[in-house]
Amino acid sequence: MAPSFDTLSEQDLHEEEEEIDFSDLKAQYEVKLEEGLDTFIVIDGLPVVPEANRQKLIKFLLRKLNTVGHTSEDAVFMPINAENMSEGFAFVEYETPEQAVAAVKQLHGTPLDKKHTLLVNKLMDIERYGREGRIDEEYKPPTLEPFTEKEHLRSWIGDANARDQFALYRNEKVGVFWNNKNNPPENVVDRAHWTQLFVQWSPKGTYLASVHPQGVQLWGGPAFSKQKQFPHPFVQLIEFSPLEGYLTTWSSRPIQVEEGQPILTYEEDGKNIIVWDIVSGKPLRSFVSHDLGGPESEAQPKKKVQWPAFKWSADEKYVARMLQGQSLSIYELPRMNLLGKTSVKVEGIMDFEWSPATVNRDGVKQYEQLLSFWTPEIGSNPARVGLMSIPSKEIVRTRNLFNVSDVKLHWQSQGTYVCVKVDRHSKSKKSMATNLEIFRVREKGVPVEVVDSLKDTVINFAWEPNGGRFVLITTGDAPSGAGAPPKTAVSFFAPEKKGVQAGNFKLVRTVEKKNSNAIYWSPKGRFVVVATVHSQSSYDLDFWDMDFEGEKNESEKDLAANLQLMKTAEHYGVTDIDWDPTGRYVVSSASAWTHSMENGWNLHTFAGETLAENPTEKFKQFIWRPRPPTLLSKEEQKQVRKNLREYSKEFEEEDKYAVDIANTAVVEKRKRVLNEWVAWLRREKELLSEEKDAYGFPEDADEAKNAADASAVTQDQGETVVEELVEEIVEESEEIIG
Amino acid sequence: MRPILLAGHERSLNQIKFNRDGDLLFSVAKDKIVCAWWSANGERLGTYSGHLGAIWTVDVSPNTILLATGSADNSVRLWNIKTGECVKVWEFPTAVKRVEFSPDGSKLLAVTEKRMGFLGTINVLDINYDDDFTNQAEEPSLKITCTESKATVAGWSYLGKYIIAGHEDGSVSQYDGKTGEQLENVQAHEFDHQINDLQFSPDRTHFLTASKDKSAKLMSARNLAIMKTYVADTPLNSAAITPKKEYVILGGGQAAMDVTTTSARQGKFEARFYHKVFEDEIGRVRGHFGPLNTIHVHPAGTAYASGGEDGYVRVHHFDKPYFDFMYEVEREQLRR
Repeated sequence: MAPSFDTLSEQDLHEEEEEIDFSDLKAQYEVKLEEGLDTFIVIDGLPVVPEANRQKLIKFLLRKLNTVGHTSEDAVFMPINAENMSEGFAFVEYETPEQAVAAVKQLHGTPLDKKHTLLVNKLMDIERYGREGRIDEEYKPPTLEPFTEKEHLRSWIGDANARDQFALYRNEKVGVFWNNKNNPPENVVDRAHWTQLFVQWSPKGTYLASVHPQGVQLWGGPAFSKQKQFPHPFVQLIEFSPLEGYLTTWSSRPIQVEEGQPILTYEEDGKNIIVWDIVSGKPLRSFVSHDLGGPESEAQPKKKVQWPAFKWSADEKYVARMLQGQSLSIYELPRMNLLGKTSVKVEGIMDFEWSPATVNRDGVKQYEQLLSFWTPEIGSNPARVGLMSIPSKEIVRTRNLFNVSDVKLHWQSQGTYVCVKVDRHSKSKKSMATNLEIFRVREKGVPVEVVDSLKDTVINFAWEPNGGRFVLITTGDAPSGAGAPPKTAVSFFAPEKKGVQAGNFKLVRTVEKKNSNAIYWSPKGRFVVVATVHSQSSYDLDFWDMDFEGEKNESEKDLAANLQLMKTAEHYGVTDIDWDPTGRYVVSSASAWTHSMENGWNLHTFAGETLAENPTEKFKQFIWRPRPPTLLSKEEQKQVRKNLREYSKEFEEEDKYAVDIANTAVVEKRKRVLNEWVAWLRREKELLSEEKDAYGFPEDADEAKNAADASAVTQDQGETVVEELVEEIVEESEEIIG
Repeated sequence: MRPILLAGHERSLNQIKFNRDGDLLFSVAKDKIVCAWWSANGERLGTYSGHLGAIWTVDVSPNTILLATGSADNSVRLWNIKTGECVKVWEFPTAVKRVEFSPDGSKLLAVTEKRMGFLGTINVLDINYDDDFTNQAEEPSLKITCTESKATVAGWSYLGKYIIAGHEDGSVSQYDGKTGEQLENVQAHEFDHQINDLQFSPDRTHFLTASKDKSAKLMSARNLAIMKTYVADTPLNSAAITPKKEYVILGGGQAAMDVTTTSARQGKFEARFYHKVFEDEIGRVRGHFGPLNTIHVHPAGTAYASGGEDGYVRVHHFDKPYFDFMYEVEREQLRR
């Protein structure tokens, strides 16, 4: 969660201006203004009328002109030529330059009548571009910049030890580090005020995005130099497309395009969302948010923003946005044009999800991208879950559902399954239950399997990445009046073993009486962390292995899973959990965005062993740098897996060597430190006795027996300890009471 | 190491002190009473009453004859330990934050607060042990005025040669013990992070400071060189050096005013043990449910006591493993 924009102080903004250098852009788009003529506009495209009709035309025109600002008859000058005819254009003076700008924005290109369309320009612009010499009459081909090699944007992958990087945002500083297992992370860069809101990696790890009031800045390369800028003022949320080709930015404030604003044009004025092309750094298209009906007023509670507003297909050829309850707009990349020129009407549409991978359905030859959506019960029509094929917009599978309260769509990462989590209410609407309807997308006819063994509501669900297993968390109804949230139960499901095709999904095990509320699968599958996050009273992380290499329960022998709890770790106040992209490490973190207690991050192995605890003041964000998908073919991967022992031998030796070196270094250092200390003490003692000699103090001057308050007779008792009990009556007084 | 809980104060502890023999423990708190305890079993020996305000500080003369206390009632009082009588009262214009006897017991320094137009001062009083101890000089024999940043704590170096003071701005000063001339000033801690405690090693050649900047520093009394730094994760109120073993004990916790807003878990109300030479944290002792305000170690190194904001004093006698613990390099050196 990012801090809201309103909480940023003025000072933050100013500091930022110094940090981020937009001067290169400014210089490129710098425009010199000539003073004084800002209030004038030139209107072209007017009908040519005789002088007698001129006043009439001006009056007619004024009606239009006054819709955007204030002007009067006297301020409109329509020249008349020698033939007593108007020239088809007019000069208009507005009261203020802002009104003139508004006129250009709103009136340009609007029709006056059937034959005439207004062409409205600022006088300044005509001066600037129309003056002789400003624009060359002859075409000159632009000079090509000489080729300069760019920094390698994926250099981090070439690390000799195959380490991973992560970004750490704490206090006002953002740093990028190498993960060094047990040893402290190695810093790559650390910059104060690197971002204003949060940082985000692009999906393949090429760029790091920082978010500022001026816009989004992308960083990359070995030293994280500036790569691209997207000047969306007051941007609050960003989203990368899956292949890093495009960036979507959102701000709650509609964009106000000002004169001289680089990159943004009047096209973007009043919009909230911009879709950018990352390579060119130019906006592709801009949109107004659907969910912000009219200007926002302070009194109304802010509606939660639907983000990502635009959802991308796996190959980023399409991007879609839903107008809730009405339609789905699908845009084609790279032109960003509406597919088929119209939105798809889907009455009542509540939500949709693209398949996260391109699916080859059984028996379907042509190219397609799939998306699933659902609509609620409307009148007597049942609720419906559908699967739509793009670009044909054909609905390839639907399923009707009854008594539906809510539906969540969960795609498996390869698009093999889509699990539709249906929350159903009973007829009386008093009790709730969840059904899972699993669409087997790749199989012929898309069969649907129903898992209805659940009596409680499912609060969380997650597919195993690249696998066929899933974990879900259910909770009963909260007992009324109880302070604590109800207990939850964690259930593990796996398909039955049945030849090549995965069989039906069966429950492996349910763990009752937990507080867990979040599921984090390893990106490579097999391991899963089930945790309790955002809770004051409970903060455990359970590390599960789905393919335990030990003995298997007899009852589970038909299932493609062998479940084993490896370890339970604790991290007080944990808010976020992040697997590294290789599935070797897990970081749990407690962010200051959520609470201010014991902020920091802990590093665990995939098996739950805690490697390091890093309490960090004002810790905000920890994110692993994603890796692009492997370039090895399936066979090559298999080969690696087969010879894993060979490879690991080499690495184990390396590790051992490194540990030896480190241990020796520590011991050496301790020896040195201890020797230094002993030497210092000895020297100090000598100096002290010298000083005592010089002052004529006895050697034991600071001993108690030589102190000023020693009793007159000093008893020399040697080393023997004599215990002496002296009882002495200090005072005795008698009081008679009453 | 089951602690002995001394529950004799009604309000938060300000300072505790063992006498040089280590058989007695004196504690002062905001509740205006000085308590004397048997350190071996935690039995209360008696109290010294007379102060009219919170008592900030206490010290025992080397042979456990006299007790000095400084209080928010702007006075320093001298007590006959044996009889419990107050033998002398010195009045100052402001509260007294720290008193300490010189190593030979002939002098007493008193640090006064900066307030109401008065600058913070360090006063040296000559102590007379004749007769019934009431015959004390009225005026301080030396007065050091802290013009820049007020002194918060002060103590005597070996032979009483220097007076070392810790300041509100995080710096440490060295004054000549006889003339009061400032010889050195070192910004030992982060600027504007007050030094809350300053305790000497048994031979008084080095001392340990505890600061709000979450660190404690071991410094040389001779030249104020910073020799070791111990980093904690919470503001520190007190730090002590253990004789016999090479450890330091740090205590602190969230500032008292912030405690109500957080859980005890968050407060970090533990005594932390660090290795004096290697600067590593080696252990923690829990128990208090408020920040630790003061720590003092038994002069023989066999026990330590801590006093907390929670109003309790906890006396811990060390067990065998404490004395046995040793780094491999230390053991090696011992063998040689």
